[in-house]
Amino acid sequence: MNSIVSRLDASAAVRELLGWLLGEGRTDAVLTPRRLPEDGSCDLALLTAPEGLDRAEPLLPVMTTNAGQALSHLSLSGRRLTAVLKPCELRAFTERVKREQGSFERLLTVSFVCGGVFPLGRVLSDGPDTLAAAALEAARRGETPAGVRETCAACEHFVPTNADVLVSSGEDGCRIHLCTPRAEEALEGFGGERVDTAPDPAGIERVLAARSAARAELYRALPVEGGLDGLIDLFGRCVGCHGCSRVCPICYCLLCDFESAGLEGDLPRFRAALDERGGLRLPSGTILFHLGRMTHMSFSCVGCGMCSDACPAGIPVAAVFGRTGGRTAALFDYVPGRDAEEPVPVTVFREEELDDIG
Amino acid sequence: MTSARNHGAGDAGEIRSEGGFSPRIAAFLCKWCSYTGADLAGTSRLQYPVSIIPIQVMCSSRVDPVFLIQAFLSGADGVLVGGCHPGDCHYETGNYHARRRFAIVREVFDSMGLESARLRLSWISASEGPKFAQVAAEYTSRIREAGPNPTRRSLFL
Repeated sequence: MNSIVSRLDASAAVRELLGWLLGEGRTDAVLTPRRLPEDGSCDLALLTAPEGLDRAEPLLPVMTTNAGQALSHLSLSGRRLTAVLKPCELRAFTERVKREQGSFERLLTVSFVCGGVFPLGRVLSDGPDTLAAAALEAARRGETPAGVRETCAACEHFVPTNADVLVSSGEDGCRIHLCTPRAEEALEGFGGERVDTAPDPAGIERVLAARSAARAELYRALPVEGGLDGLIDLFGRCVGCHGCSRVCPICYCLLCDFESAGLEGDLPRFRAALDERGGLRLPSGTILFHLGRMTHMSFSCVGCGMCSDACPAGIPVAAVFGRTGGRTAALFDYVPGRDAEEPVPVTVFREEELDDIG
Repeated sequence: MTSARNHGAGDAGEIRSEGGFSPRIAAFLCKWCSYTGADLAGTSRLQYPVSIIPIQVMCSSRVDPVFLIQAFLSGADGVLVGGCHPGDCHYETGNYHARRRFAIVREVFDSMGLESARLRLSWISASEGPKFAQVAAEYTSRIREAGPNPTRRSLFL
């Protein structure tokens, strides 16, 4: 793979690359995480001027919003965009493209071998700079930083499969791999030594083994499979805010079934509960919501962990959905977000399949 | 969470027959095949259990998995989806989609330790009155063995 050698750390190298693309007029705007030094915080920003990139921190190990979700409708604007996406954000975006809520047509995607992101609470307690330094240090050692989201530590898809530009960190800087003709074209004339190389497979294997072990342990420790009582233990704390679905990049419906008046104001159901159960727990319908959402989107879950971060009640939503999603996707040998050409399982079928049903 | 699990008073919803527990099974039947099959069972004067509560839908693919979960959490002892045989869907391919959705909801149930045996999908054509009666009897007997759905009295849900 044609790759550019950079002595800069990966985040600085990508910042330079974004600035060059804007300066040369190769792109209209760039989507990147950004530091906000004045209040010790960070955000995700779409920027059009190279000078606006001063505070851009493309590889910031924080996900304030899933950029794949944010990019979804923006990518249909007709503008030429360059987006820095974590692998799960790219996979989420790919899932949105499959649902006609996004387009790769005028988009250059920049992704990287991802160490994971820290829970949003850590941004305020530690500050983005401390977190960025910790992530960079771990990347140099080829390790997963301690304290990242639990789904990140258990993520097996940390190397993007369909990015145009792929950045990998090493001990002496980074490599910018040009994976597609679009990347070659966009970066034609961009300076730096060119070599033929790919991300270190041995390093990836080592991290993958650790992540797989963490994944097995995370799922093993979940209080699931306890039937009805297990569900109550797991989701009993749910306050019914639906925050997990709002921040979910896969929950793409513009009008959510669970927000409809039909469910919220289901008076016959309330009356039946009073008559037959002797009461009703409020907010009601929380378990229906979680189980329903699982049937609607779990096979496309990319494991970004936004839902767990958003949950005010501390429910391990991402781990639970990731675990069930792994099983529903496996029914159809589906890997969410791997390839835009791979159809969403519920939109297609084979005449001969699932012959134990019916 | 123990208080949330307290069971409510009364068992008003439970239909009792001479054999004790008589299940209630919510049956989502497609208009073109299974519902017509159920009609045929009736006009043919075939005997089948009273446990089946038919709900007509235009196609088995109209049955969102949420319908099944809602019925299950509302206390249905069994939930049946009836559709046209593969290849015979009035809308050509609806039942193939229904089958995939059913596989997903069943997997979700299994993954959370819920009784997926309370969910069933059957292909019943418009001419299969006897098959409808047979499915109704078989499924009722299996659900009777499984006993009442514990969700029926769970205050939390």
